[in-house]
Amino acid sequence: MKILVPIKRVVDFNVKVRVKPDGSGVDTANVKMSMNPFDEIAVEEAVRLKEKGIATEIVAVSCGLAACQETLRTALALGADRAILVESDVELQPLAVAKLLAAIAVKEQPQLIILGKQAIDDDANQTGQMLAALLDWPQAAFASKIDIADGGATVKREVDGGLETLKMKLPAIVTTDLRLNEPRYATLPNIMKAKKKPMETTNPATLGVDVTPRLTTLKVVEPPKRKGGGKVADVRELVAKLRNEAKVIA
Amino acid sequence: MSVLVIAEHDNTSLKSATLHTITAAGLLGGDIHVLVAGHNAGAAAQAAASVAGVAKVLQAEAPHLAMPTAENVAATALSILPGAYTHVLAPATGFGKNALPRVAAKLDVAQVSEITAVVSPDTFVRPIYAGNAFATVQSKDPVKVITVRSTAFDAAAATGGNGTVEKINAPADTGHATVIGQELTKSERPELTSARIVISGGRGLASGENFKMLEALADKLNAAIGASRAAVDAGYVPNDYQVGQTGKIVAPDLYIAIGISGAIQHLAGMKDSKVIVAINKDADAPIFQIADYGLVGDLFQLVPELTAALG
Repeated sequence: MKILVPIKRVVDFNVKVRVKPDGSGVDTANVKMSMNPFDEIAVEEAVRLKEKGIATEIVAVSCGLAACQETLRTALALGADRAILVESDVELQPLAVAKLLAAIAVKEQPQLIILGKQAIDDDANQTGQMLAALLDWPQAAFASKIDIADGGATVKREVDGGLETLKMKLPAIVTTDLRLNEPRYATLPNIMKAKKKPMETTNPATLGVDVTPRLTTLKVVEPPKRKGGGKVADVRELVAKLRNEAKVIA
Repeated sequence: MSVLVIAEHDNTSLKSATLHTITAAGLLGGDIHVLVAGHNAGAAAQAAASVAGVAKVLQAEAPHLAMPTAENVAATALSILPGAYTHVLAPATGFGKNALPRVAAKLDVAQVSEITAVVSPDTFVRPIYAGNAFATVQSKDPVKVITVRSTAFDAAAATGGNGTVEKINAPADTGHATVIGQELTKSERPELTSARIVISGGRGLASGENFKMLEALADKLNAAIGASRAAVDAGYVPNDYQVGQTGKIVAPDLYIAIGISGAIQHLAGMKDSKVIVAINKDADAPIFQIADYGLVGDLFQLVPELTAALG
């Protein structure tokens, strides 16, 4: 079984982003970039399925700037077998990415596509579901456990009140939630080996996909600052303040 | 032209997030229609018709809509959408996030996720980078597909409306996936996202067992219990307790963070709370920078003391 794992290069989760003074966006120049954390979970899950003998090949895909090659190399070091970069300088929005991935899926014919549930930059939480719709495949979003057997998948997924279990036929789309697994670190020998793994480059025009953005960002601003920093000395003062000053408890 | 709200409900009543979404819908102009896709969902449909501002409820009934998959919710919405609506909205909850992108993709339009403000019928504000920036975005698509962050809009009044209920045909089961089980966390406490008071625990609690201490406090305050991602990762509590960028977004009147350091990820989920209390032994923890009332000290001593003081 072939698994496709789309990954996104994003500002590292440890970086405190700054809004550009002209309000045109967030400053990403000279900022550390990494693989989106939910996508690391997706790669890890694919690798585990391969280690269990369920998957035979893992193909990592990324859409964006040439620099996404670095992120793809990370996926290869973690255990993906080969990589595809869909190179574009255009701002790729979720619908465009879903269309690019659908075109790749038609070519590659994977049985399973595992994606992160959301990217920590635009926080859109759309691409996996959109891809499932475009391919007309079943989806299991926000997965915390995946079992593959008899040409189908049984997936436990996180819902607001707890867990839901879905049964579906393959091919299918799964998006990862936090508890699915704990991703491994790439070892040095694997990082070296990853340099020799195949990486193919294509682009939206070759795939026949119009990636023109549908949403225009008019401005980006910082959130209103919260005035915090107040301290109380003890529980008695806290209770008094909550009752008499904030008036939030009776 | 009208605005369609896809209701989140449990067949007998509307989830509160639906009421907040209806308020956002009211800012767009046009009649508000609410889709209730369910099974034996007459009570939920009636509840929707009674919400102030709702002109019409479309009730789709089918056994496969009792615990519907994203595929079936999307298919039902798509059966009534073409040409009839300028906007489609759903709450930015697990339900809405799961189903709505499917609707957008099938319509070949963008989705605007988790809006916090309506600037005009085609322009919206939404948080990015865990709420560390807010983007104003304009959609050029013929239909605007939008999920709504509940905490950013007041709840519409549940009564006072006089909408009609129209039964519509539910499309056949897409057969994509089947819900074969649900394990819902049973709790007598208020729901995390709609509670007036939320008490959250972090890694400082040191074990799942110690969350019992928060329960005693929550009982006194009729509060919901939440947790930081660190506490969920450590296995202290289930994932549905998680407050943060990738968990639930809450904005209660009072948020009490206990043993939580205040990672950006967590702050993204609670910093719009009206009053924030932090209890942490580390005086330099970032949580104190946004807390209205910080109490530095040992939570294992302070939490029982606080519980007793509220006696």
